[in-house]
Amino acid sequence: MKDWRWALVGLVCFALVLKIGAVERGRGQPTERISGSAGDVLEDDPVGRLKVFVYELPSKYNKKILQKDPRCLTHMFAAEIFMHRFLLSSPVRTLNPEEADWFYTPVYTTCDLTPNGLPLPFKSPRMMRSAIQLISSNWPYWNRTEGADHFFIVPHDFGACFHYLEEKAIERGILTLLQRATLVQTFGQRNHVCLKDGSITIPPYAPPQKMEAHLIPPHIPRSIFVYFRGLFYDVGNDPEGGYYARGARAAVWENFKDNPLFDISTEHPTTYYEDMQRAIFCLCPLGWAPWSPRLVEAVIFGCIPVIIADDIVLPFADAIPWEDIGVFVDEKDVPNLDTILTSIPPEVILRKQRLLANPSMKQAMLFPQPAQSGDAFHQILNGLARKLPHDQSVYLKAGEKVLNWTAGPVGDLKPW
Amino acid sequence: MKLSALHQSYSTGRDSSSIPWLLFHFLCCLISLVLGFRFSRLLFLLLLSSSSSPSTPNHHLALTLTTTLQPPSNRTLFSSRVVVGRHGILIRPWPHPDPIEVMKAHRIIDRVQAEQRVQYGVSNPRTVIAITPTYVRTFQALHLSGVMHSLMNVGYDVVWVVVEAGGTTNETASMLAKSGLKIVHVGFDEGMPSSWEERLRVEDRMRIRALRVVRERKMDGIVMFADDSNMHSMELFDEIQKVKWIGAVSVGILAHLGNSAEELSVIQKEDDVENSPMPLLGPACNSSDQLVGWHTFNYVGQSAKDIGDMGIVLPRKLEWAGFVLNSRLFWDEIEDKPELGKDLDTFSGTGDEIESPISLLRDPSVVEPLGSCGRQVLLWWLRVEARSDSKFPSRWIIDPPLEVTVPLKRTPWPDAPLEISSHDKMESIQENIEKQAMKTRTGSTKRRSRSKRKREARAVVDTQILPRHSGEK
Repeated sequence: MKDWRWALVGLVCFALVLKIGAVERGRGQPTERISGSAGDVLEDDPVGRLKVFVYELPSKYNKKILQKDPRCLTHMFAAEIFMHRFLLSSPVRTLNPEEADWFYTPVYTTCDLTPNGLPLPFKSPRMMRSAIQLISSNWPYWNRTEGADHFFIVPHDFGACFHYLEEKAIERGILTLLQRATLVQTFGQRNHVCLKDGSITIPPYAPPQKMEAHLIPPHIPRSIFVYFRGLFYDVGNDPEGGYYARGARAAVWENFKDNPLFDISTEHPTTYYEDMQRAIFCLCPLGWAPWSPRLVEAVIFGCIPVIIADDIVLPFADAIPWEDIGVFVDEKDVPNLDTILTSIPPEVILRKQRLLANPSMKQAMLFPQPAQSGDAFHQILNGLARKLPHDQSVYLKAGEKVLNWTAGPVGDLKPW
Repeated sequence: MKLSALHQSYSTGRDSSSIPWLLFHFLCCLISLVLGFRFSRLLFLLLLSSSSSPSTPNHHLALTLTTTLQPPSNRTLFSSRVVVGRHGILIRPWPHPDPIEVMKAHRIIDRVQAEQRVQYGVSNPRTVIAITPTYVRTFQALHLSGVMHSLMNVGYDVVWVVVEAGGTTNETASMLAKSGLKIVHVGFDEGMPSSWEERLRVEDRMRIRALRVVRERKMDGIVMFADDSNMHSMELFDEIQKVKWIGAVSVGILAHLGNSAEELSVIQKEDDVENSPMPLLGPACNSSDQLVGWHTFNYVGQSAKDIGDMGIVLPRKLEWAGFVLNSRLFWDEIEDKPELGKDLDTFSGTGDEIESPISLLRDPSVVEPLGSCGRQVLLWWLRVEARSDSKFPSRWIIDPPLEVTVPLKRTPWPDAPLEISSHDKMESIQENIEKQAMKTRTGSTKRRSRSKRKREARAVVDTQILPRHSGEK
């Protein structure tokens, strides 16, 4: 009997030592596993979990637009084009629509660019409407569910509201024809008209090769406390300030322009990427829209993102625990930004850096060509797979119609 | 992103009528001045806005000067706390850095950098043993404090072995004590000669003396040669941690910059072995990063002979400063080390010269090239010295402080060029002259009484002082 008791005590001690050892080893590790609210899903493989059917649209919806302006391949809305290319050669694609779980419509709505390179959204509703009319008349799958098992990529400023001015976008609301479909968009703000339930938020496109070309060795010490490069006042459109970024960027400038810890300016240096790798915190404030490619850049370069945008929904919010990784600051707290950042305990900062160093985190923010496992394309497919199986109620009975095809502004009804 | 249609309607409205609009505009301008933003646009937006849906943009009337916000007038359908429209720019009452926050931030930065060093830096850092030959002279304080500050900033343990020519002095000791480092202050019995050639040889012997100290005390670490007039980068100390037995780094040569432009261009022409604008001394590697030879310095031409001369001061073929040694090379018990061809004790007197640690080794090919095979320049060599007969106040402290300082018209040194620009008015030797004036008070008063000038503000010391000065040399 005594032997048994001693053996048990010995076992308990052994387990304790192992656990302590594990904790200590974890402390010295450069990375940490990431698991969000949906669980540890960043490294899931979508192949075998879903099937996607890609509609064959005439090239005026995709290829011809791209030929007219090849700048669409490098700007921050390029995700729609690369997703199309990825799906065409992906193992999740099926040529048999009867067995498909999801249907994808390749229409490039964000490729009508001004000479400056900004996309004009004025024709996008008509383009989308025309595409949907095409697929609903040529295939029976749209009418089966009125689009509930279809997904669309709408990476524009305010998603499927198709406008760059927030008031106008709110006025328009999401395009009526897309009310039942799943939207894959970059815009995300809680309780906003332009974010519908069940949408998948994705990061904006940032060119992976360009960022990888500017990597510096990791032993170079991080000596900048807070880093930001960008506009504080949009002098062309909002000279007094207060409109642009809801006054948050202007507040950052006015409060911290003479603070040596804040390396903030409007000058865009050639060493922008290298500087981000030498910084501990990178500000990611809202602009005209709450999202920006700065978040992607901060994650790739290991700089803790400081997100100043009330109620923002960040990319892949169910797979990535952004609260643990970034610092969220309310817009009304911007004047106290230095107090907030310096009062974060160093262990928390080190943990955030460890999470950011996780390679699966960086992969999830990128759209590499050719696609690699764990990248943003796969995260989108994972998100779609998590929404399966479709609820039986989305399948409409014969003759039942839910969507109003004539709703919306009169200009939208014109054929494209 | 513009209210451009509104702008157009506003401007056309203004053209059509005159006085009432102007008055109204003036009134709006006054209100805008008070409120702090352009009030008229807001008014027109509210008056001329055509849409009447409940999602009309809300306008937050907030003042930029205070931090209070008034609640919006009408709300959107959704219960969002984020409202679209013009917001105030929040500025706190005193928008300047707070020193306590700055200190906290620096502590955070230090912690993050320490963690980076743990993860990506050297795993088992070894002590850095810095060997510096020095002697008391005018520029000693300048050079030595440069090296001292570099060593104080090194992130690893440092033992500083200072060998002083002419025996240990209190001046040097007091300067070294300010550093807070572990110091081994060794005296060397010879004084420092005044010609460059001799000086370099004496320095070699001083370094050998220091290596003997390292061997006697069985010091464990990495030996590097920090000459007191060199400039070291912090990356050098990180790089030398990688050495196994004996390593070489590239040294950049900054030739004495006090020269005219022609002499510098002559250097560049002669040194056409490598087309670098700055000559380098260091290892040369082939494409597979193996040591194949050495970049050395070959200069044919005039160079300075004596310390303090106005000529180019040149390095030799290879400098000690470009080499780092593992101190265990000098331990007897270690078996697995490259053989030392010559023993440290055989160097004594002026017979045997060694110019670089390579002469110590039996087989020079075991030297490891560091700093990405010599492509990174991690330290810079420069020799700038004042004349060996220049006088300076002891420890650079003048006590009691001088009451009157007067400018000098001519340099007291006979062989220097007579034209001196007003900048080189030798203010630095005013204290010299004053000190001598204080020492030989009778002599100077004789001078002053002899000159007929009655003005006391300016006393011109003329050439008659020169013979007296040379007599004191």
